[in-house]
Amino acid sequence: MAELSSRPPGVSMDASAVAQIELDLLLEAIFRRHGHDFRSYARASVERRVAAFVASKGYARISDLTADVLHDEARFAELTQTLSITVTEMFRDPYVFAALREAVFPVLRSWPRCRVWHAGCATGEEVYSLAILLHEAGLYDRSTIYATDFNDAALGVARRGIYDAGRMRDYAQSYREAGGAKTLGDYYLANYGSVAMSGALKQNLTFASHNLALDGVFGEMHLIVCRNVLIYFDRELQDRVFSLFADSLVRGGYLCLGSKEDLQFSSAASRFELVDREARIYRRVADR
Amino acid sequence: MIAPADRCEAVAIGGSMGALQVLIELTERAPAALSLPIFVCLHLHASDRGRTAAHLALGSGMRLVEASDKEAVVPGTIYFAPAEYHLLVERSRTLALSSDEKVNFSRPSIDVLFESAALAYGSGLVALLLSGANADGARGLATVRRCGGTALVQDPSSAPAPMMPQAALDLRAVDRVLSVAAMSTLLERLHHDRSVSAALRGLGTACGAPAPLGGPTP
Ligand SMILES: C[S@@+](CC[C@H](N)C(=O)[O-])C[C@H]1O[C@@H](n2cnc3c(N)ncnc32)[C@H](O)[C@@H]1O
Repeated sequence: MAELSSRPPGVSMDASAVAQIELDLLLEAIFRRHGHDFRSYARASVERRVAAFVASKGYARISDLTADVLHDEARFAELTQTLSITVTEMFRDPYVFAALREAVFPVLRSWPRCRVWHAGCATGEEVYSLAILLHEAGLYDRSTIYATDFNDAALGVARRGIYDAGRMRDYAQSYREAGGAKTLGDYYLANYGSVAMSGALKQNLTFASHNLALDGVFGEMHLIVCRNVLIYFDRELQDRVFSLFADSLVRGGYLCLGSKEDLQFSSAASRFELVDREARIYRRVADR
Repeated sequence: MIAPADRCEAVAIGGSMGALQVLIELTERAPAALSLPIFVCLHLHASDRGRTAAHLALGSGMRLVEASDKEAVVPGTIYFAPAEYHLLVERSRTLALSSDEKVNFSRPSIDVLFESAALAYGSGLVALLLSGANADGARGLATVRRCGGTALVQDPSSAPAPMMPQAALDLRAVDRVLSVAAMSTLLERLHHDRSVSAALRGLGTACGAPAPLGGPTP
């Protein structure tokens, strides 16, 4: 009889297949216990991060971590930090900022008001970068800038606007390549190895928690910048977010994605037209 | 009939300083009809913007493209990791790019490519680590070997920067040391016969047993 076989069912399954089940169960536990949905994130990257976390905290296997995710808030908070990738920099891909300045700013100027949404702003470097260029173009005063992320720790850093001075030389170079008109040093105060972004740049900035996988539209935007966020989502979640962006943009409003992100294959593709392929700038067209 | 564990399904190549020349040679000589996917991670300057891949594509025998996020892997194509993004292979045999932090001061990182490809292809993966002046790729090669794949390095004595293949040898993460000519021969043979053991016959020098289980030291 099969049930009485000396080898219980499942024993022959190889270790990596078992680890896949464990990973599924961990992501399910995170979702049901905390509402963060990493099930729709690009799998290989999540797997890599979880493996590193499991090893660094001395767990023997993923299942042991799952128990803590259910019962240990502090451990879960650490894990979210590992799973959400907040790597960013000022004027990342300078040519993108140059393209925004040249192709998008003239149209923003033709509107009386300008609402900008940075979705997935991480620690805020990108937000201050664009704010500087808006300021130089004389558009800052009429702008309201919303910067959102689902990582509250990153939002805290963004709100403070205090960064490591050591990176400023590289940033200044990128600022020039982006077409900055002054010197980057005009926009911050340096003090003991760190720099504080100027208060003038913060006046029209609002930082808020927003989860792209769960939350909805919160205003009519003229420009949405969402870079290097969707790359972590699977196609289904990407589609949700592209529809959310289409619903959030005024007709003729702009969307700027990360350099390796694309809306070509999305179900929302017909709601946008391409403005600049290399800079991944799209424009909202009228719904038919 | 090739035993399943001996059948090559994909090739991954990593390199840094001094590896571009090798890649030019390998891609020029790669049989146009080689029906395997090849993933390449070369350390590039951040300002590359696709130029190196475009340049290599001109002379390549096989179709060569810069990898796109979520692209399905098609045999007969060389996928090149773009500057500033890690290239990973999903178990579903699609590509993923990520802008995670650098690994070994590198993005793209060879460890990231090799480790994900090792999980996706297991014993079907053949990985080649070329010349380079840092240790990226060594741990990845150890993972390739642990997952049953084949771990190969360029002969450090012929590499312009021997540190990278040497680091893998020091980790005992290598099955065999090859000359550049032997690597080309390997690809040609895999075109005719997917058996890895047959393709490697008589090529290079075999190395000792793998490092003991329990994972590489961080
Ligand atoms: C790599 S950073 C990108 C930062 C910046 N936009 C850039 O390109 O430099 C990705 C950010 O997306 C955020 N993120 C990931 N999933 C999210 C979600 N479901 N909702 C909101 N933000 C999310 C992460 O917390 C992280 O701060």
